[in-house]
Amino acid sequence: MSAPKTLYEKIWDAHVVHQTEGGPAIVYIDRHLIHEVTSPQAFSGLAARGIPVRRPDLTTATEDHSIPTTDRSKPIEDEAARTQLATLAENCRKHGITLFDVASNHQGIVHVIGPELGLTQPGMTMVCGDSHTSTHGAFGALAFGIGTSEVELVLASQCLLQAPSKTMEIRVEGTLPLGVTAKDVILYIISKIGVGGATGHVIEYTGSAIRSLSMEGRMTLCNMSIEAGARAGMVAPDEVTFAYLKDKPFAPQGEAFETACQRWRELKTDVGAKYDTQVILQAEDIEPMVTYGTHPGMAMKISAMVPKKDDFNTLQEQEELLAALDYMKLEPGHPIAGTPIDVVFIGSCTNSRMEDLRAAAEVLADKRVASHVRALVVPGSAEIKRQAEAEGLSQIFLDAGCEWREPGCSMCIAMNGDVVAPGQACASTSNRNFKGRQGKGSRTFLVSPAMAAAAAISGRLVDIRTWETHA
Amino acid sequence: MNAFTTLTATALPFLKDDIDTDQIIPARFLTGTTKAGLGAKLFYDWRYDDQGQIKAESLFDSTRFQGSQILIAGHNFGCGSSREHAPWSLKDFGFRAIIAVSFADIFYNNALKNFLLPIALPEAVVQHLAQTIEQDPSQTITVNLAEQCVTLPNQEQHHFEINAFRKTCLLEGLDDIAFVLAHLPQIEAYEKALGKTAAL
Ligand code: SF4
Repeated sequence: MSAPKTLYEKIWDAHVVHQTEGGPAIVYIDRHLIHEVTSPQAFSGLAARGIPVRRPDLTTATEDHSIPTTDRSKPIEDEAARTQLATLAENCRKHGITLFDVASNHQGIVHVIGPELGLTQPGMTMVCGDSHTSTHGAFGALAFGIGTSEVELVLASQCLLQAPSKTMEIRVEGTLPLGVTAKDVILYIISKIGVGGATGHVIEYTGSAIRSLSMEGRMTLCNMSIEAGARAGMVAPDEVTFAYLKDKPFAPQGEAFETACQRWRELKTDVGAKYDTQVILQAEDIEPMVTYGTHPGMAMKISAMVPKKDDFNTLQEQEELLAALDYMKLEPGHPIAGTPIDVVFIGSCTNSRMEDLRAAAEVLADKRVASHVRALVVPGSAEIKRQAEAEGLSQIFLDAGCEWREPGCSMCIAMNGDVVAPGQACASTSNRNFKGRQGKGSRTFLVSPAMAAAAAISGRLVDIRTWETHA
Repeated sequence: MNAFTTLTATALPFLKDDIDTDQIIPARFLTGTTKAGLGAKLFYDWRYDDQGQIKAESLFDSTRFQGSQILIAGHNFGCGSSREHAPWSLKDFGFRAIIAVSFADIFYNNALKNFLLPIALPEAVVQHLAQTIEQDPSQTITVNLAEQCVTLPNQEQHHFEINAFRKTCLLEGLDDIAFVLAHLPQIEAYEKALGKTAAL
């Protein structure tokens, strides 16, 4: 009998091609996803070396970061974005890489289309030049973001140089209270362990509250692992995972699928295996959450008061708090609920899937977005857009006064022209509330889709559990 | 050549904590397809006003710190998005080493891969160093990678840590691709053994 292993250790061990002495291991990569922003310099690097893409068959490309989410029949105005997209198309053509561009049925945010197409599978190693690659860990894959030099390395060799990570179990037991979503769970976790809390670790989320999440919820959870400093986040695959993957275009089909499921069932942490770090939380302690500051660790319960200086012990934390509150234009000790909002963004690889759109639509049905609020709903993929239109969700959004857009990253990173104006407050379902992330001087409040929808109607941050009775 | 052996240079003190990669190079400048020219966009919102004019108080454009090849920073430098444009823009601007109290993981690794040397030193040392340089920016710092040693203007020497593998790569100017492709036979054997060959 071999020693008991964690899920992470099983996947890691199965992918080590070569262990260098005293250095990193050469690790095999099963699936490489690329997009227009972090790949051009990698391709030009390859060209300069005169070497080909080693495994174009394991590489998949999409356009998401810099594409406009407005009318796609019009040419792209921004010249830099146009060049970037043309460069990606040319590189894919030259190297025989499948590209899901805006003309294809499968275009979308890279972390949305991977799972949706079944490119993401349990036990795989996956990389992409984007930090939120951790999303794919929801399937029990080991998935992490890499830089452009590493994109070039993977294109050239289908391998990565990596040192093993430490392991961290985050167990959430119990039943999630009403109004609490996966987004609230992860914001709660980050607020507890801090933005550096999982540095150097790969997180495995366990416990009954995690098991109860849908695949969409698990993706939201794993997506933001990186915001706690983790290398990756993962959830062991189970029947929920297999049901999601069945009949997905790139998943094994028929008998091969059954065989794969048998193999995938082995992908769990063995009894007796040890994690380097363990965090245990109770689902009942979690409430709908909102961020008040300028990083995702500055998150609080919607019913609570904005933190005060005395809530923190060190001078540095106190200064950081005051600077953040000053930027966010919040008063210490006052309720955060009621804070006026100018923009609402429902989208991003964190929360732009069907479950998210349904939750937002449920709140917005037969209501109107407050007259001073601009609300953007941006589906994560072309597939989601079609499905939301077929289900009538898009009509609900339009009737409520929201803008219904084409799929892409949009206002999550604000590099395609979808920006929050300086000083404006945005209730956003994305993953980062850094200064200027959604546009210079933008103030971001991270929330769940239902909370964002309620904020759109109220024109203020509200508690999803009580807002209608108070309206 | 990319190799990094020793460096004697002046420094620029920018003792802020949690400088994320969005501040190092804002996302709106990521639409390029080359690395050249990114230095002009480095720390853009710190350096330029709303009209795109260089602010009078910009340290990065002040004659006092012109030609600095070492940046001095605070805690958790390079947190946030994994964009490698951050080390590229720092290098394109002219920096070759960063002395900070601590670095964010991804940035630290990205910097090493791009032959930009991140050096973590104790907080008190970094603070004192920043003050010294602030008073007289003409003073130089010497970095000796082989010895893993930094010599400060007051001749004080400090040891710094670096992974042995990364150190060799930097000293020899050997990049990851050359290293990994030297193991191609092992990669092919791995693929064959596991049926991961291209017959898909
Ligand atoms: S939606 Fe935001 S976080 Fe996700 S891939 Fe796009 S830019 Fe990155």
